[in-house]
Amino acid sequence: MKSLFLKRLLNNKSAVIGGVIVIIVIMCALLAPVISPYDPYTMNMPDRLQGPGGSHLLGTDQFGRDLLTRLIYGAKVSLQVGVIAVGLAMFVGVFLGLIAGYYGGWTDKIIMRFVDIFLAFPIILLAIAFVAALGPNTRNVMLALGMVYWTSYTRVVRSSVLSIKEEEYIMAAITTGASDIRIIFTYILPNALAPIIVMATLGLGTAIISESTLSFLGLGVQPPTASWGSTLAFGLKFIRDAPYLSIFPGLAIMLTVLGFNLLGNGLRDVTDPKLTRK
Amino acid sequence: MVKYVFNRILQIIPVVLGITVLVFFIMRMIPGDPAMVMLGQDATPEDIARIRAILGLDRNIFVQLFSYIKNMLMLDFGNSIFLRQPVLEVIKASFPATIELAVTALIISLIIAVPLGIISAVKQNSWVDYTSMAFAQLGISMPVFWTGVLLILLFSVKLGWLPSFGRGESIIEGLKVLVTTGSGEVLLASLKKLILPAASLGIMGSAMISRMIRSTMLEVLDSDYVRTARAKGTVERKVIMKHAFRNALLPVVTIVGLQFGTLLGGSIITESVFAWPGIGRIIVTAISQRDFPLVQGGVIFLATTFAVMNLLVDVLYVVINPKIRH
Repeated sequence: MKSLFLKRLLNNKSAVIGGVIVIIVIMCALLAPVISPYDPYTMNMPDRLQGPGGSHLLGTDQFGRDLLTRLIYGAKVSLQVGVIAVGLAMFVGVFLGLIAGYYGGWTDKIIMRFVDIFLAFPIILLAIAFVAALGPNTRNVMLALGMVYWTSYTRVVRSSVLSIKEEEYIMAAITTGASDIRIIFTYILPNALAPIIVMATLGLGTAIISESTLSFLGLGVQPPTASWGSTLAFGLKFIRDAPYLSIFPGLAIMLTVLGFNLLGNGLRDVTDPKLTRK
Repeated sequence: MVKYVFNRILQIIPVVLGITVLVFFIMRMIPGDPAMVMLGQDATPEDIARIRAILGLDRNIFVQLFSYIKNMLMLDFGNSIFLRQPVLEVIKASFPATIELAVTALIISLIIAVPLGIISAVKQNSWVDYTSMAFAQLGISMPVFWTGVLLILLFSVKLGWLPSFGRGESIIEGLKVLVTTGSGEVLLASLKKLILPAASLGIMGSAMISRMIRSTMLEVLDSDYVRTARAKGTVERKVIMKHAFRNALLPVVTIVGLQFGTLLGGSIITESVFAWPGIGRIIVTAISQRDFPLVQGGVIFLATTFAVMNLLVDVLYVVINPKIRH
């Protein structure tokens, strides 16, 4: 079963290209201190705003810090924020989706009304509102994004639960006297996992874009921490003399998000045989 | 249908109420005393007391909430601390700029997405299809602020064709001048300032819409009535435009409507990149100035606009879909 899944995944071009990009980004994040040519925080004013090439492959920023090094460390920040935000959203969203779908009735109605209210916001606006209140820093960005993205998991899990709970094996579990918790976590959740994994993969890309957007607006990860969004925002001030400061961080964001999107699309195709993409 | 529309309008009331309550409580998540947060460490106790009274923080939180909702029903969102004027006035002054940006972005999205989506579907699995879907995939993966930065780099910095920030007179004002005096200069200057921010948002929107048009067109092209039209010997162009595209439009209306909401959200970021004086930029600036009444009012207003847009899309869907019209 596992080898069949892997075989199908490896035959999916989108998943392979996306997977390779994601692995490269993860390796950069994990091995940042080993592979980075310089320290990301040490200022070196004589070397400020040096163009790409020479000893600084992608050039230096306004404080003479190596841009490539800051982008490698930025991968760590983006992935960290993305993974924790998506993890939080998934935890809350899946839990509420399971409860809403399994118990139905008023529990379902109340949870879904909450979902409706959250969905009434453009996502980035709600994230901005949370960060505005909590204060701009890395921890609060993770919290804010987690609180914004949980709704999509609730909706998907709820609809999965609604169909799974009508299956015969669930009826059988109920008649054997299994507890609700056992039924939900042992029988329903494993069968609802595939769409959750796909959503989480696609969600990582969205979370990385949101984090970089908040950091770009000055509402996310704060300097001197190396973040792609804030590096790009500071680079904008030198757009005439040092355009590379605005180009490379954006490229890093785009490639990483592209990687997660391609991998997510590939996983969706592989896990859902009905969804043969045209 | 009238009953459906009426019910749908009724449904928006709890959503708007929910938006207000949620934003109200989010703004109360400010750690510590919001008055102190707004004024900083050096504030005198008198100043803090004054701000607490203005914000009503000296009252019970539920009393504050009911009072806020009651005032909001009378279109009173409180006063901006920093700008020293009613929040509604600030919103009224900045919202037209946001709408102008979002509408132009939507038009640009459609100009790019409709031909791209149709050609991709008609020439499925050809190089045209692969190229346009690669464009769509890249468009979805690009942060909207970076698209803006790249456009500034090319059209402002390198070519020097277009200004990189600010807004001229509104397009409507430009048209008025054109009609009354015959001079197109004002309109042209406004369009020059509008085109880059609108294009950066429009590119993002076109990526989503073109994918949607492609997939619905593929479904329609595979349907029996298209096959029948072809079997009757109808010219291919007519089959595509009259039979397929018109039917593919229905789900597209929904996505275009929702996309308008996304463009409203995206405009918050684009406005900051291009110093466009819309409501999004006002909110971001208000956050840095810790002007919480303005942030609260602005967020509630934008979210309500988003909810009303979704309502209009739902109603429009029923109006144009003959299957569910009755």
